[in-house]
Amino acid sequence: MVLTVAKILTGKTSHPGEAHGEVLVLTEPVSFWGGVNHHGEIIDVHHAQHKAKMTNKILVMPSGRGSSSATAVLAELIRTGDGPLGIVMLQCDTILVIGALVSAEIYGISMPIVELAQAEYDQLTDGMNVVIAADSQSQVATVTL
Amino acid sequence: MALAPNQLALSEEESAMLAGEHGEAVAMCMRIIVGVAKANGAEKLIEIESAHADGTLYHGEAGLDFTEKLVALGGKVKVKTTTNVGSLDLLHPTLVHGDEITMAHGRRLMDAHIALGCEPTWSCAPYQAGHRPAFGSHVAWAESNAIAFVNSVLGARSDRYGDFLDLSAAVTGRVPFGGLHHDAARKAVLVLDFSNIDSKMFSEDAPWAALGVLLGNKAGTRVAAMVGLPGDLADGGVTEDRLKGMGATSASAGGVGLFHVVGITPEAPTLEAIIAPNAEHIIITAQDVQEARDQLSTTTSDKLDAVSLGTPHFSVDEFRALAEAIGEGPKFAEHIDFYVSTSRDVLARSKVLGYFDVFTNAGGRVLTDTCTYVTPVLNRNVRNVMTNSGKWAWYAPGNLGIDVVLGSLVECVASARAGRVVRDESLWS
Repeated sequence: MVLTVAKILTGKTSHPGEAHGEVLVLTEPVSFWGGVNHHGEIIDVHHAQHKAKMTNKILVMPSGRGSSSATAVLAELIRTGDGPLGIVMLQCDTILVIGALVSAEIYGISMPIVELAQAEYDQLTDGMNVVIAADSQSQVATVTL
Repeated sequence: MALAPNQLALSEEESAMLAGEHGEAVAMCMRIIVGVAKANGAEKLIEIESAHADGTLYHGEAGLDFTEKLVALGGKVKVKTTTNVGSLDLLHPTLVHGDEITMAHGRRLMDAHIALGCEPTWSCAPYQAGHRPAFGSHVAWAESNAIAFVNSVLGARSDRYGDFLDLSAAVTGRVPFGGLHHDAARKAVLVLDFSNIDSKMFSEDAPWAALGVLLGNKAGTRVAAMVGLPGDLADGGVTEDRLKGMGATSASAGGVGLFHVVGITPEAPTLEAIIAPNAEHIIITAQDVQEARDQLSTTTSDKLDAVSLGTPHFSVDEFRALAEAIGEGPKFAEHIDFYVSTSRDVLARSKVLGYFDVFTNAGGRVLTDTCTYVTPVLNRNVRNVMTNSGKWAWYAPGNLGIDVVLGSLVECVASARAGRVVRDESLWS
């Protein structure tokens, strides 16, 4: 058995929750309303990662974009299980936080959203497996590589 | 470097709300408000005077589940709450031909808002349908054009809110103290200078839609000040409706929540009053405006099937201008579908004033409670549509799969009569 030392990135909880899965790094933000379909696929033809699928992934993107009705679209994706398992951002997006808060209230599914500073954010790469723990009380969140 | 957690201080009453002492609906909404406040680093909550609820248009079951849960928990709005457009026209139910589930769920969603104590405004322009917040008052408005209008034209204060937070704010009467509620966040970091353009270019409505594209493209979500534009908010509604259309388009093409027009909008008597230190300064040319206009037309064909006005919802003043443009002239061509989208409030007043009869006698139809670009209203065979609305022109080609031509209200009427696109190019020189 090979022992590897886990690397832990520390950031801030934007929405509490725990998740583990494979990372999908978006090179630019996507608007959930009009930019993502009900199957979790990016349908914005202007987006560099058009057709990428975020279902059951840890979505990593710099910030939010677009319509305020994205709250309802994210909540619907979480409800149907077509959404991401967790989101990591450089800049917290209120609209996505609202979608996560409502999903927790209505469906009891607490999808973590974590804000990382640039140096930590840059260590996340496509395809790696990570574990997220975003604590509500301390507002400290960790991403373990 | 770890990001520092922030401290949110709640009043005694707010803590009681959070603890469930005001009922479970209030507690749930307060958890959402507090959750957003913590994520954004707000230090306190503030009381609001009104809310405008945007979650009335059906986007899927989550929105319906949330709203009906609030009803089941006995939730009631605590402040005056107007409602945005829904997925149906409740006054003219045969005009919308959506699929069965959307229509049934859309109806339940509208009913749930009424059960919470919201008003049946069903309009994206509540500010012209009976509710105008006072200068400086704090409100929680959702729907991007309404946010831009309430901040910019009325000088009330709302951050850019969306579905769920609007109702949470209405039920608790609170929002996080952040964003455009702060003085500092309302200063212009960008100046768009129109002084070099002949102001006769802005004498019709359509160029203001093009200005909206320009503003949205240049500003994104930043606050801009525009200098060198003509107008007066006391001119009987002309300037107000132009700023309404421009703001709506800028919030579609960009993410504008507040703009200032120096000498016209209430917070900007002078540039000095609202400019932030080190603001960027951009000189705009007539060519910039023409290029922005070109983003709002997807065809150069003169073929025309329909005309759509009233995005955002038509005002009484716009109805008057439409009735004047129609006058005693001939009816619209037989094959043209001509729609005006508006609120029930404006419809009722326009009937009393006779504008409604002038329009419908000419062959036009009025849609209320919803809008022609978010619900299936237009005939399925419609391909080319003319509008004076930049917001409609921005979204409808994607939403409806049609081609669009931007024109002034007068050009729209002339084109509807001719049965083909009639535009006056001299307007844009």
